[in-house]
Amino acid sequence: MSTAAYINARLIDPASGLDSPGALLIQDGQIIDLGPDLFANGVPNGMEVVDCGGRVLCPGLIDMRVFVGEPGAEHKETLASASEAAAAGGVTCIIVQPNTEPVIDDVALVEYIKRQARDKAVVRIHPMAAITKGLKGEQMAELGLLAEADAVAFTDADRVVADAQVMRRVLSYASAFDLLICHYPEEPRLAGSGVMNAGEVAMRLGLPGIPTQAETIMVERDLRLVEMTGGRYHAACLSTDQAIEAMARGKARGLKVTAAAAVHSFALNEVAVGEYRSFAKTAPPLRAEADRRAVVAGLADGTIDIICSCHDPQDVESKRLPFELAATGIIGLETMLPLALELYHNGDMSLLDLLATMTVRPAELLGLRGGKLSPGAPADLLVFDPHKPWRIDEDQFHSKSKNTPYHGRPVQGRAWRTIVGGKVVYSDPDGDGN
Amino acid sequence: MSDISSSALPYRHLLGIEGLSPSDISEILDLSDNYVAQNRQVDKKRSILGGRTQINLFFETSTRTRTSFELAGKRLGADVINMTATASAIKKGETLIDTAATLNAMHPDALVVRHPHSGAVALLSQKMDCSVINAGDGSHEHPTQALLDALTIRRRLGHLHGLTVAICGDILHSRVARSNIMLLNIMGAHVRAIAPPTLLPGAMDRMGVEVFHDMAAGLADVDIVMMLRLQNERMNGAYVPSTREYYHFFGLDRSKLAKAKPEALIMHPGPMNRGVEIDSELADDINRSVIREQVEMGVAVRMAVLDLLSRRPSNQPSVGPGDMKP
Repeated sequence: MSTAAYINARLIDPASGLDSPGALLIQDGQIIDLGPDLFANGVPNGMEVVDCGGRVLCPGLIDMRVFVGEPGAEHKETLASASEAAAAGGVTCIIVQPNTEPVIDDVALVEYIKRQARDKAVVRIHPMAAITKGLKGEQMAELGLLAEADAVAFTDADRVVADAQVMRRVLSYASAFDLLICHYPEEPRLAGSGVMNAGEVAMRLGLPGIPTQAETIMVERDLRLVEMTGGRYHAACLSTDQAIEAMARGKARGLKVTAAAAVHSFALNEVAVGEYRSFAKTAPPLRAEADRRAVVAGLADGTIDIICSCHDPQDVESKRLPFELAATGIIGLETMLPLALELYHNGDMSLLDLLATMTVRPAELLGLRGGKLSPGAPADLLVFDPHKPWRIDEDQFHSKSKNTPYHGRPVQGRAWRTIVGGKVVYSDPDGDGN
Repeated sequence: MSDISSSALPYRHLLGIEGLSPSDISEILDLSDNYVAQNRQVDKKRSILGGRTQINLFFETSTRTRTSFELAGKRLGADVINMTATASAIKKGETLIDTAATLNAMHPDALVVRHPHSGAVALLSQKMDCSVINAGDGSHEHPTQALLDALTIRRRLGHLHGLTVAICGDILHSRVARSNIMLLNIMGAHVRAIAPPTLLPGAMDRMGVEVFHDMAAGLADVDIVMMLRLQNERMNGAYVPSTREYYHFFGLDRSKLAKAKPEALIMHPGPMNRGVEIDSELADDINRSVIREQVEMGVAVRMAVLDLLSRRPSNQPSVGPGDMKP
């Protein structure tokens, strides 16, 4: 019987709107009780007590868009190393993307991910499976069977289902099973050979650009197909003013649609590409400042429901190339919390609303049991000090890859304890001093 | 020649025009003038770069630029080696960084690089201890072309400031256009861009140029007409409907040229597509076309650049905006 009392905490539960000093009791990997009055008269003898020192205690973060190299590119990231990175970043549940080698488009591969995750990972890992076989955008994968095997949603990851007829049938078929279709919205022909946002910076660097309209057009197409089919649709990462506006209109029409934004889309703009910094090459590309602000506004007004890290590990060899040839991707698991907290520190969002985007919202969308503080829920928790100042240091990353443009950035807020199923999977090594 | 340390450029590399000051450019052009005179003598050889090694590393085919750099180095006394992508390890999968490290170990004093990808020369320069000169990277920059164009204009018209220069053609894909726009703006000229919208970058107006889609309007009263090459694969309907249509609306002929100032000069970075972007006869008109002169100026400008970069003491930290981080 393992029992632990987390006392002297600031309990924040976006699911119930709770934000109050209090305590929380864990037993056998589950939350048993919580609240401002719990242990008001002291903790019973014999119970493990963790004094949170007034830090925030909230549900562990859920990251809906994580790329891992396993299977196929284990030198970039394994499920185990990604889980260590997640734990260090306060993330207790990651949703891995199917663009592995081989592609997760078969029941056996979903089983493989689940088995590897169970045996080797310190946080919860759920796979998304491919929408189309081999991510080719042509033939539907076995959506129903994959869902029965516990694929939590469907996506072609960083690929686009370009054919509107295929997407229409996918949404239509998936609606029968109430499956969630997550799509990376980018009109591929319009994006063309683009490698960064189209605009002044791309022009000066002589790099082919991806116009913002590539995203807008695909979001608008997808929303019309949702209207036509009644499917459940999630835009995997929005980065442009116009696409967010399109999403807001779709929601206003009553469509069952949601959207996420990558941390990079509000933490950086296209200027970060500077003199061909391939570490700032990501998908969707870093956009102009006006688009960055639109992402912040979209998160604040709820048009964008979810924040994801878009964690995409790449080794040095694939990044130390001319910008056009360099791999796309930024790692993000260990920087998601502090960078998202910038929205709170800048006064754009309350802590409660901000945490909702990384806890209860993805949990509800994916039908996961975590993401909330309530008796009976799994004890997947994060204890953090939202004000702790530190500097992002790539040398301290647990991820196997170090492709971050944030190295050296001063931030506030860091995980102090990350708890999965009642077990502490991460403790801030210098976090007990205050 | 003046005191060595005072007349050295404060940069290790020449990666682009962006970041150069008007005085940097004037200094290069002044020295180029001397080399033009020297190159017209029977004895063209100097030993300023005696004992030094220059490597021309070309990842794209080029005849005139490579030859021009080769001549420039040899006339200054350097040992010049040409490497092309087909003949080197690049085709065997060696990365650009490895190539740089390998060449660096041979202790060259100058590396002249052309590469099909924007930013590749800057990336390579980070791994080199010697001076790196950009001989064209993707659609980014081709600084010595802009410098030789400026020298050609300055020798003909005496100055750059206040001139109106029309750049016509495939500006979207042109490194020559980017470098020229920047240089001409730095030197106080007025720049116009004339092209169909499909051959112009979206944010063109942010470069300090006036955009025209009509040759007659764009060429009105200009001092200089710079034509750009349009590659064949871009004329088959992808960017413009056909060669015939392109020539009709955007090719330079006598009637369009009549809109420019009576003594306006015609320039072209070469190689020309006669009858596509420029009327053949016009290209050869010695009263208007300075296309051959541009080639001559190219060698002088490259000598000046090699000379100036070589004067920088090797232990001096690079401070130039054109320099990448070490």
